[in-house]
Amino acid sequence: MAVQVGTLAVLPGCKGQLSALDPSGPAGASIATLWWVMLVGAGVLFALVMVLFALVIRRPGWGSSVSPERWIVLGGLVLPAAVLPPLIAYALIAGERLLPLPGHAPPRIEAVGRQWAWTFRYPDHGGVETRNVLHMPAGTPVDILVTSQDVIHAFWIPRFAGKIDALPGHVNRLRIQADQPGRYAGQCNEFCGLGHAGMRFDVIVYRPEDFSAALARAAVSGESERK
Amino acid sequence: MSEAVEQLPQGGPALRLHRQLAAIWATGPGLQRLAAVNHSVIGLRMMITSFTFFAIAGVLGMLTRVQLATPKGDFMDPETYNQVFTMHGSMMLFLFAIPMVESFAVYLTPKILGTRDFAFPRLTAYGYWCYLFGGTILTVALIARVAPNGGWFMYTPLSSNVYTPGVNADVWLLGVTFVEISALSLAMEIVVSILKMRAPGMSLDRMPIFGWYILVTAMMMILAFPPLILGSILLETERAFGLPFFDPTRGGDPLLWQHLFWLFGHPDVYIIFLPMAGVLSTIIPVFASRPLVGYRAIVVAIVALAFLSFGIWVHHMFTVGIPHLALAFFSAGSAIVAVPTAVQIFAWLATLAHGRPRWDVPMLYIFGFFFVFVMGGLTGVMLAIVPFDWQAHDTYFVVAHMHYVVAGALAFPMLAAFYYWLPLLTGRTAVHRLSVPAFWLVFVGFNLTFFMMHLTGLLGMPRRIYTYQGNEGWNWLNLLSSVGGFVMTIGFGLVVIDLIVQLRYGRRARRNPWGSVTLEWAMSIPPAPYAFASIPHLGTNRTDPIAPGELAPSLARGEGYLGFARNGWQETLGVQMTSGVPDQLIVLPRPTYLPLCTALATAAAVLAMLFKFYLLALALALVTAGLFLFSGHRAGLARDYGPMPVGHGVNVPPHTEVAEAPAWLALICTLVADGTLFTSLLFGTFYLWIAAPNWPAAITPEPSRMLALFAVATLAVAAAAARGSLRAVVAGGRASGWIGLAVLALLAAIAAAVGLIVGVAPHPRDHALGATAAALLGYVVLHAGIGFLFLVSNFLRLGAGFIAPRRVLDLRLTRLWLDYTLVTGVIAMGLVLALPALVTMLGARP
Repeated sequence: MAVQVGTLAVLPGCKGQLSALDPSGPAGASIATLWWVMLVGAGVLFALVMVLFALVIRRPGWGSSVSPERWIVLGGLVLPAAVLPPLIAYALIAGERLLPLPGHAPPRIEAVGRQWAWTFRYPDHGGVETRNVLHMPAGTPVDILVTSQDVIHAFWIPRFAGKIDALPGHVNRLRIQADQPGRYAGQCNEFCGLGHAGMRFDVIVYRPEDFSAALARAAVSGESERK
Repeated sequence: MSEAVEQLPQGGPALRLHRQLAAIWATGPGLQRLAAVNHSVIGLRMMITSFTFFAIAGVLGMLTRVQLATPKGDFMDPETYNQVFTMHGSMMLFLFAIPMVESFAVYLTPKILGTRDFAFPRLTAYGYWCYLFGGTILTVALIARVAPNGGWFMYTPLSSNVYTPGVNADVWLLGVTFVEISALSLAMEIVVSILKMRAPGMSLDRMPIFGWYILVTAMMMILAFPPLILGSILLETERAFGLPFFDPTRGGDPLLWQHLFWLFGHPDVYIIFLPMAGVLSTIIPVFASRPLVGYRAIVVAIVALAFLSFGIWVHHMFTVGIPHLALAFFSAGSAIVAVPTAVQIFAWLATLAHGRPRWDVPMLYIFGFFFVFVMGGLTGVMLAIVPFDWQAHDTYFVVAHMHYVVAGALAFPMLAAFYYWLPLLTGRTAVHRLSVPAFWLVFVGFNLTFFMMHLTGLLGMPRRIYTYQGNEGWNWLNLLSSVGGFVMTIGFGLVVIDLIVQLRYGRRARRNPWGSVTLEWAMSIPPAPYAFASIPHLGTNRTDPIAPGELAPSLARGEGYLGFARNGWQETLGVQMTSGVPDQLIVLPRPTYLPLCTALATAAAVLAMLFKFYLLALALALVTAGLFLFSGHRAGLARDYGPMPVGHGVNVPPHTEVAEAPAWLALICTLVADGTLFTSLLFGTFYLWIAAPNWPAAITPEPSRMLALFAVATLAVAAAAARGSLRAVVAGGRASGWIGLAVLALLAAIAAAVGLIVGVAPHPRDHALGATAAALLGYVVLHAGIGFLFLVSNFLRLGAGFIAPRRVLDLRLTRLWLDYTLVTGVIAMGLVLALPALVTMLGARP
């Protein structure tokens, strides 16, 4: 399945710097797989209902050998009972695996949204700050502590993982991991006023051994930029 | 509308009866049209008004598609775009979808249930005017470029006065609440009318399925609107007076708004969908030429759907940071919604499978419904799956899903209904087959527009952005969506042309053109203002089909119930709720300008609020209350009549002399809605106490226990005095003393509650804790104040002879209201007194 999914995911139509179907991290990949599984299931169910509709219209009497009660029981109860519990169980397990569960304490980065920019703080690296550029190491989980200074924003790097809201007065934790070094893109995903469309940020992922030095460089150049 | 004469069978009795009844029921010409209260007239007006707003909102949707057709579009600046998309959503939902389904309910339900009108015609008219005025305020704001710009969901703090200082958000909060109160009053009227006003013999278990759908929908409205109305009131209070319910820096929480909003917002989807499903359950059996399969299963399914829909609002909030296991609960609940929906889908398929399907225009649109609704339902299950929602939430995938389930599942059945019932409305049938190309344009355009959006969303396009860069891979998808939008618009344009052509050139429809088995076809078409010249009786056998074609001439000759004119009264029958046995003669009010005047006063109060003339707003609100008092002043009958003949040897008393009168049920419905609002307020208080940031460790000084106990005691005295007045009148004595005592007690309660509000600590402006205490106490003041109006009305009507030993409904209503005020008063006071202990228990939080 994973191989198949991998093949599908590199279909040209799914590429894109913000594409959830072009994952580059374990959480993103897990959700993309979930999507492809659900797509196949939904396609089958959709075809089933449409074929039934065509048959009952086109061939009067075709479905009358099945009693009315049986139609309702089979379609309304048996079908959902066969489809939904496995799907819910699968999704629950997949979701649990994505959680920032305690016990494991990966490096933390604080992401603070405000109209209309992101500030990232690195408490494990002397609290340096970068603006609108998130720096992180590859191949290791990172916990992003997301909050907001003003209105509600949402922190989202589609190729890595799902999103989490940045709420004033609350701190949310999102665990992400990047597979490969490189440049990625993130964006605000909750409507936050006039500048919402432009509230994007860059994500630069380094090889773990390069990360500290790169972050120090970025923080210094960021300081000079602001002056 | 009233030119129905040629449809009537030849012969004297029918024509004479028509003339007599038309003289009583007809709305006058010229300016007197403004006094209309008839459900056919108001229903049609609502329908036309809602389609006007649909056109405006549709144009707004097209504007967004123009802006997004290409990257870096400069058709609109961001501020304009934000107003346009906010108004597109708000108008489609609040000014089109909900009023449109209500207009169907208003126009059709009495006819399908075999009665002459709704229970409260003046309320119908008031609801319509409020809707029209509220919608106009929003539209004018749009033209003046001060329309709401914070999204139709109005999330705080963005919509607070810090981040949206202008009048924009106030327009939304006040305008939408105004429209919602009208929707809510109509919903109560629908519930009461369906339960109490049906053709004799129509027990609940043989009510046409459409009646069930509308009944459940209206009950859902009664429970769903109050949380949003409360949220809007609290947010407007925060914006206008600085009470920080949602401000995290002062102990509020923006998430409280989201909970209140989606407590309404999710059931709202089913409120829109269920009436359309009712349309399908009515039309499909007609075209399958057999009765609906699984009537009971469907009734159970829609009741289940209604219950489920209130338990799954959190699936709109999967990304706000709620613990995963809690989300899993709501996720499973959301997925289970598929069961009652699938039951209906397969019941419809089974009906077609066991019938002899006929293919006609409505069936074409029903095919469109199956196609888009099944797809929307399946993406709905996907979005109910938590990890997938983390990716898809607030992207164009949701836009696609939502338009499939709300727009598609509304538009296609709506058009099916439109073509099915148009002969009833206009008395004409189509001449050309414009409806077929119109269908294909709407269908292809719809799918082109919204199918692409699934992919756009998965490629990462967030909702509500006014532009994009062009390097994200979204360009061709957006362009196709925009092209599809225009194709769809052309399709809707063709539908309008088709309608105009049909109205002008259509042939006269013959009676019961589709061979239906529901009562709305057993009358002259287009319907006369009295709907049925006499009210049909349904046979005792549950399986007896209704044959409108045979029934109509006999009803027109007056061979049913009430086939005569009496005292110039607008008469119809009330029945026992479940059995459908006639139990009262309902005399309905005649046309009057009062609904228009009252709605104008209400609109003026809303406008005064909007322009921040708060004292003027208060004065106008009092004028509105006064007009309500005046409307009720001479309602009912001024003397006892006792049982009166209604035909077929049946004698029943008028509604003024029975216990289970429509007004009694209406007050119960009102209190259910009011109780939901109160519960939402309690929920809000507890929610902030448990979850909001920045709460203090203790409250000083504590509220005065003496004052609170005094307020509760006076409320109890008022409730007891209401009992006294009821007993006195029944015994033939005087009640003025009791009423006076109740008035004094209420005034004392109001004074005590106001005293408590003044002493609330911390000051309501400084902290959400004080603000919630003030809100709870304000609720008590408001209810005691309304109780005062009840008592004034009692006093006036006693003097005018409308209350007598056998006509004590007014006094029972007052008693019920004051009991409710006492119970909520005890809870509110108790909570205010308990707050210091609660706060100390939880202590200071970060």
